[in-house]
Amino acid sequence: MNKETPITLLDKPNSYVGRTLSRDAAKRAVAGRGRYTDDIMPARTLHAAFVRSPYGHAKILSIDVDAAKQQPGVALVMTGAELAEMCTGPWVGTLVCFDGMKSEPQHPMAIDRACWQGEPVVMVVASSRAEAEDAAELVTVEYEELPVVIDKETALDKDTPVIHPNLGDNLAFEKTIESGDVEKAVADADIVIEDTFTFGRHTAVSLEPRALLAEYDPGTERLTIHTSSQCPHMIQTVFARTLGVPEHNVRIVAPDVGGSFGLKIHTFGDEVAATAAAIKLARPVKFVADRLESFATDIHARENRVSGRIAVTKEGIITSMDIDVRSGAGAYSQYPRTSVFEANQILNITGGPYAHENYRAKTQVVYLNKVPTSQYRAVGHPIGNSVGESLVDQAAAACGIDPMEIRRRNVMHDDSYPRVSAAGIEMRDLSHQQCLETLVERMGYDALLEEQAEYRKKGIQRGIGIAAFIKGTAPGPAGYYGAGGAPISSQDSCTIKLEPSGGVICMVGVTDQGQGVDTVMGQIAAATLGVPMESVRVIEGDTDAVPYGGGTYASRATAIGGEATYQAAMTLRAEILEIAGVLLQAEPDTLDIVDGHVVDKGDTASRISLAEIGRIGHFQVAELPNHIQHTLSATHRFRLKDALYIFTNGIQGAYVEVDTDTGFIKLLNHWVIEDCGRVINPQLADEQVRGGCVQGLGGALYEECVYDAAGQLQNATLADYLTPMAGEMPDIEVAHIQTHTGVSELGAKGVGESGTGAAPAVVMNAVNDAIRPFGGKVTAQPMSPETILKALGKV
Amino acid sequence: MKAPKFDYIKAESRSHALELLDQLGEDGRILAGGQSLMPTLNMRLSQPGTLIDINKVSDLSGITLEDGVVHIGAMTRHVEVATSPIVAKHLPLIAEAMKHVAHHAVRNRGTIGGSVALADPAAEMPACILALGATLVVESINGRREIAADDYFKGLYETAREPNELLVEILIPSKKTGEVSVFLELAQRHGDFAMAGLACVARVSNKTFEELRLVYFGSEDRPTIGTGAIAAVIGQTCSDECKEAAAIALANDLDPMTNLQGSAAMKLHLQKVLTGRALDTAVERAEAT
Ligand SMILES: Cc1cc2nc3c(=O)[nH]c(=O)nc-3n(C[C@H](O)[C@H](O)[C@H](O)COP(=O)(O)OP(=O)(O)OC[C@H]3O[C@@H](n4cnc5c(N)ncnc54)[C@H](O)[C@@H]3O)c2cc1C
Repeated sequence: MNKETPITLLDKPNSYVGRTLSRDAAKRAVAGRGRYTDDIMPARTLHAAFVRSPYGHAKILSIDVDAAKQQPGVALVMTGAELAEMCTGPWVGTLVCFDGMKSEPQHPMAIDRACWQGEPVVMVVASSRAEAEDAAELVTVEYEELPVVIDKETALDKDTPVIHPNLGDNLAFEKTIESGDVEKAVADADIVIEDTFTFGRHTAVSLEPRALLAEYDPGTERLTIHTSSQCPHMIQTVFARTLGVPEHNVRIVAPDVGGSFGLKIHTFGDEVAATAAAIKLARPVKFVADRLESFATDIHARENRVSGRIAVTKEGIITSMDIDVRSGAGAYSQYPRTSVFEANQILNITGGPYAHENYRAKTQVVYLNKVPTSQYRAVGHPIGNSVGESLVDQAAAACGIDPMEIRRRNVMHDDSYPRVSAAGIEMRDLSHQQCLETLVERMGYDALLEEQAEYRKKGIQRGIGIAAFIKGTAPGPAGYYGAGGAPISSQDSCTIKLEPSGGVICMVGVTDQGQGVDTVMGQIAAATLGVPMESVRVIEGDTDAVPYGGGTYASRATAIGGEATYQAAMTLRAEILEIAGVLLQAEPDTLDIVDGHVVDKGDTASRISLAEIGRIGHFQVAELPNHIQHTLSATHRFRLKDALYIFTNGIQGAYVEVDTDTGFIKLLNHWVIEDCGRVINPQLADEQVRGGCVQGLGGALYEECVYDAAGQLQNATLADYLTPMAGEMPDIEVAHIQTHTGVSELGAKGVGESGTGAAPAVVMNAVNDAIRPFGGKVTAQPMSPETILKALGKV
Repeated sequence: MKAPKFDYIKAESRSHALELLDQLGEDGRILAGGQSLMPTLNMRLSQPGTLIDINKVSDLSGITLEDGVVHIGAMTRHVEVATSPIVAKHLPLIAEAMKHVAHHAVRNRGTIGGSVALADPAAEMPACILALGATLVVESINGRREIAADDYFKGLYETAREPNELLVEILIPSKKTGEVSVFLELAQRHGDFAMAGLACVARVSNKTFEELRLVYFGSEDRPTIGTGAIAAVIGQTCSDECKEAAAIALANDLDPMTNLQGSAAMKLHLQKVLTGRALDTAVERAEAT
């Protein structure tokens, strides 16, 4: 623990902060009483279904919708051209912070040309989804197939067709960052290791798919959209601008959201289309992606090839790293967050735990005739960590040094902050050394090595993996989104109010998707104010109710929204104590609030209840002197100042068994030691880490969106796209080191993506440890049985 | 993912179902547990005009033992087979295989008849009934017909059952004394369809294979008897050489399909590995009894 961390209100005995409480929404979700977008059924609701391009790339020659229009229940059939007339203009998924980036303007539905299989072409709106699908089958679209670009490796070759001729080539973005002198370090090094790694395409597979219900009231000209979203305010701005509706007339409500993982921070053409239909018809229109549509239209991620090199001294001291990243985007750069963050983040974080000073990282992001890519949980980190941590392991093997020891020799020291990483990023308040020693202890590392050796004697091949990591959380306004020109807020706010009853309403811009953000905000508010949890009601996910904010993405909810809530509660607390001081004829700073009552500091006897303060403060204001004009409410907003992110760190361990005859991997144990700063709710933090690990393990072992040479997605069902299931998952032991971030008083950093970021790296290292005696090595994810068998030379 | 329009008729009796099958021809489709049929309807992969629901036909389900033969009605659900004492005692191969069939929810609805009628190449029950030399009983308005499992599986989702025939019952010889069975399957996640799998029935004495039946599934277009592998092993004492001979022979028995789960070469490799393991396990089990 950071010694200088000051003791605050939050550290009181019995504080709600640091305590496990179950999620507010858990009870109703378990009872089947969740209220998701699809559960909301206004009278006269219509349902949208889409005719989607069956080709990876095709010219649209003609569209015949006559038969579809005649079908029972059909209210509207709309083409891409008709939709474009209702829109202010196409989207262009670029940001000025990505120098030289280019993207073709993208209409919500294809007009002349479809650029990926699944791109919406025609929308059918009918009384039921089944009728809409029946009618959609009768829409005839005449296509002329165009050549597809599927392979990122050849996308920039001269004889490869260019997807968007206006762009000149298939290059979306390229970037190089460099520090120190890599070539000199390599020339001077005792050992240099080079390798190439490949990563399959994944998608988020949220349990609740994308869903939207749009309602337009022509009388008041109000547009209300219920949607399964992480970022209501961003959706409000984008939809207002795209459809030309004044922003203040647009209300976005995100009811219960059944998982999101970054998928639901994006905007999608089919959702714009359904909203346009609601405006045109002045009737509620619902669109819920089915599982097939989810696979073929939700953002994809992770498709990268990385060549990496590490230079070390024979003592195992890392002197340089360099990487070259080829990143496969989709047919357009996803608006408004772009499709280049993943590559950019790989450059930012690869080798990030270590103290070397020479680093070079290059990337080229290329367009492909596939589903557009963008942010998915732990953007770039699974890739950067897998590359960096495998190179470190290979260097350790070459030096004859234990993998834990080489990391011990190279991680940034806990007393060396603030400092700048080789990638040029400010690091502060990290704890690599403490995390590493905690992992050694938790794993029982030495005993595990002995156990592994015993099993080897019996012909059982077990592997131990280690992967240190950093994780960028809670991005600031100076870096990407706002600064880059996207209508995405990197600040977040809280408005907190004391009600006449003494109850507290806490309205926050950050949102909950099942992780318990609302519970955590309630804990912070209750602890700060000194009221019971039961008297706090947290409201989130409604742009009509909550102050402006970015919502939940990039592990920011607690770090940013939590601090805003803390500060707002502190201000309200001061108002309450000031009123109490007047009523009790006491100095406010001699008073405290405990369990909903104002007390003398150090005492627990009630001097006046908050209910009494609420009653007087709202109804009997004449009892207060005229200079007391408190509103009993406070709003506070919080953002980072100059920092790009609040970086966190940690280390993972894995223990696996590889069946060298079948290539099957059994996950035995998994450990995560991470530092998310102050932990507000230990169980919810642990669940984030565990769930995140499982998602990372899925990517490492099973998941891949497979395309054939014609650009056809081969496995758009849950029978063929394998997600991780509980039965195959290991026990995941979690521990937190709590080095408070110095950028806020709350001291919390992000935790939601730390599991995902390094789980693929650690399991790949463990698998390679298991098969190293056989000369095998895997550098491709997912590590399917066939990948393992090939590495072992068995097939 | 909404099914296209179809008609639905609940068959009141076996004869009612047979009449409907006859009248509707290709346009009618039997609805048993629906665990395979409903997804294909929802994805609009098949569009039958009428579903004939046989869930309420009471004499199509149940498990009985008669004269050394276990009778399993077509509508018997996976869960009933999995928990049946008769199956546990007399068909240990099926009891062992059932653990690999899908998940609880699917087993609660899915039926053995549906599985055998569908003949998914990666399904467990077709391989088991072939390994056990079962007989399939089908009926149409023209009468009853018995088909040996050996003659039943014709290709990918193709069987010897005619479109107007209802699969009514599966007759499986119960385990003979001295017989052992082994069921092995490789699937990346529990409950998935197999990447490679093997149903083995053997009589072993002194580590020597006196009788042997090896049926492979998951890799081929239908459950497939490993004729060459069996010939390489029969009469032999279990050894590394004998397992190697089986593996070599297997290359001629099988012609694996490449699919998303892996290449033909990998599947052949896995089936060879499973063969060795099955032979070892058969010997162990024979020695333990
Ligand atoms: C998630 C999931 C996982 C699964 N995993 C496995 C697995 O690991 N192994 C496995 O074997 N299966 C698996 N299944 C399939 C499951 O076992 C099915 O239940 C089974 O294959 C079909 O049985 P059913 O009763 O559901 O048939 P239905 O779906 O009702 O019918 C299937 C087909 O058989 C026909 N049919 C059914 N009964 C008869 C009859 N008596 N006579 C003539 N025709 C008939 C139908 O017309 C239809 O064409 C899985 C299914 C799901 C949804």
